[in-house]
Amino acid sequence: MLLTSHYNYWVVIALMMIGLYMVIAQGNLVKKIIGLNIFQTSVFIFYISVGKVDGGHAPILTEGESLYSNPLPHVLILTAIVVGIATTALALALTIRIKRAYGSIEERDIQAAEELQERASSQMYARTPARKEQ
Amino acid sequence: MIDSILHYTSGLLLLLGCFFMLTGAVGLLRFPNFYARMHAAGITDTLATLLVISGLMLTAGWSLALFKLALIMLFIFFTSPTASHALARSAQLSTLKLTYVPAERTQEKDQQAQSRMGSKPGSDIEVETTDGSSV
Amino acid sequence: MELLLDIALLALLLVTAISIAWIKDLFAAAMLAGIYGLLSAGFFMTMGAVDVAFTEAAVGAGISPLLILLTLALCGRYQRPDRNRARLATALVITVGALLISATTDMPFFGDANAPAHVHVAPHYIHQSMSEIGIPNIVTSVLASYRGFDTFGEVVVIFTAGLGVLSLLMETSAQPGRAIVHTQVEQQSRDIVLRVVAKVLIAPIMLYALYVQFHGEYGPGGGFQAGVIFAVGFILYSMVFGLDAARRVASHGLVQVLSATGVLIFGCTGLLSFASGKNFLDYSALAGNSVTGQHIGIIVIELGVGITVASVMIMIAYLFTGQLRNREAELATDRHQEIPAGAPARSTSTMHSLEQGAG
Repeated sequence: MLLTSHYNYWVVIALMMIGLYMVIAQGNLVKKIIGLNIFQTSVFIFYISVGKVDGGHAPILTEGESLYSNPLPHVLILTAIVVGIATTALALALTIRIKRAYGSIEERDIQAAEELQERASSQMYARTPARKEQ
Repeated sequence: MIDSILHYTSGLLLLLGCFFMLTGAVGLLRFPNFYARMHAAGITDTLATLLVISGLMLTAGWSLALFKLALIMLFIFFTSPTASHALARSAQLSTLKLTYVPAERTQEKDQQAQSRMGSKPGSDIEVETTDGSSV
Repeated sequence: MELLLDIALLALLLVTAISIAWIKDLFAAAMLAGIYGLLSAGFFMTMGAVDVAFTEAAVGAGISPLLILLTLALCGRYQRPDRNRARLATALVITVGALLISATTDMPFFGDANAPAHVHVAPHYIHQSMSEIGIPNIVTSVLASYRGFDTFGEVVVIFTAGLGVLSLLMETSAQPGRAIVHTQVEQQSRDIVLRVVAKVLIAPIMLYALYVQFHGEYGPGGGFQAGVIFAVGFILYSMVFGLDAARRVASHGLVQVLSATGVLIFGCTGLLSFASGKNFLDYSALAGNSVTGQHIGIIVIELGVGITVASVMIMIAYLFTGQLRNREAELATDRHQEIPAGAPARSTSTMHSLEQGAG
């Protein structure tokens, strides 16, 4: 009995964890963004499941229907979906610029490139006082 | 009387639509190369969707829903084959090319056809990939 | 019966999510993400959330895979497998998942009409919406009138995202010695089937967008869905006929101005209510009769939302496609001339050699 009443919530948690795993463990930036999308959609599914009323009609007033599903989660998720796509678009634009700057969108390559640049700039600062003495 | 005929016809159309969708999915998994798979998916996809929508139209009766379903059917009738065409064309223009093998050579290829990827014995069309990826 | 549908759809969603995490080909992952969006739209329909299903189908199965594909065309298709953090991440994820599952045992049963979520403010919306606002679609009345502030914030968020993408991806115009060669890059699709079908379909798409915009009060629909559908019409045109043809219809400057205009319309409606002595975004101040004022207010702000969403989506698509075209032009000119070693136009990078391979 617990299975049929809580099945929705458990699937939502599973989806959330898959999305979280993709954000943490995958190295590719685009894969992380897709994982973030999966995470967001699982939260939407959670809210809409909470808003459902057994035997309720969709929240559009029609003749002859008395029981309606809760409209408030629908409104919140409508906003959340659009904000989600805005965030995804911005993240993908950042990925394009990172690719242009570092030549790769794998996290390890970007970190290696950053370390190389830092070492190069610190060597430059270490060399400058020696040149001034000459 | 008319009601039960409509009911059973609509049920039959829906069942047929599901059957074609299922066979399309089986074809998508089992066919050997890209173009055969896309052929299976594209044709059965359009037909199954049209059958399902016709079945739903019969249950809807004379209402606004009937008109909207007819519009949806018209839209899918235009776009689904175009999508398959666009997919096939982009594959042809990129790395998966269909090449025509003339008839004299098909006999010699019959013996080796089993090991070659992407062509069946005795066929004169073969898919070759220009970057070494699988078909 | 509904429970069976619910279980089947959620199981399919789970399978799709696992396969997205597993797969190394990012093109396939983008397509699977589109399938994921469509399946969740179907799930929302079975839950009775028709507006949400509409938006998720348009956004999650339409715009989102499109943007991911455009990014992949610029960034490379395959992912390098990385085994370092897999074990630690799995352990963390399993721990957090177990904690969350143990927390759900206290939650109300799925579909329970007496759950706390349904007893506070929702009955007021359901019962009073017709008399206070007068439109059948309760979701639109809550979105536009009862919770108008949230919607205003949302429109500003979309506008800000458009600004962000614009500042990141706007083409730098002055690059000495690098004339963008347009003739070598295929602009218009030469395929007659695509051209004819696109020409036939674009007008119904625009008409449908207008229908959804103004019908949002009586059925599922509203400003967001209409804006996305309108943008999709333009994106189809730019994909088949080339970015320049689309820019001649809706130039870059026009789209930028329109995206700000939508937010302005929304804000000015609120300020009008201010000027009449009532609260910000209190639409009853817009006309003599309170219900008529609500009607006018909802139509005007939905128009503002539709304009902003459409123009921001079109702008983002223009910018991404422009990046793609610039990169193709760069590759075409590189093939024709040898670039000297210290080319000033290229940004410096230490992993420069990877750029040729990962494309």
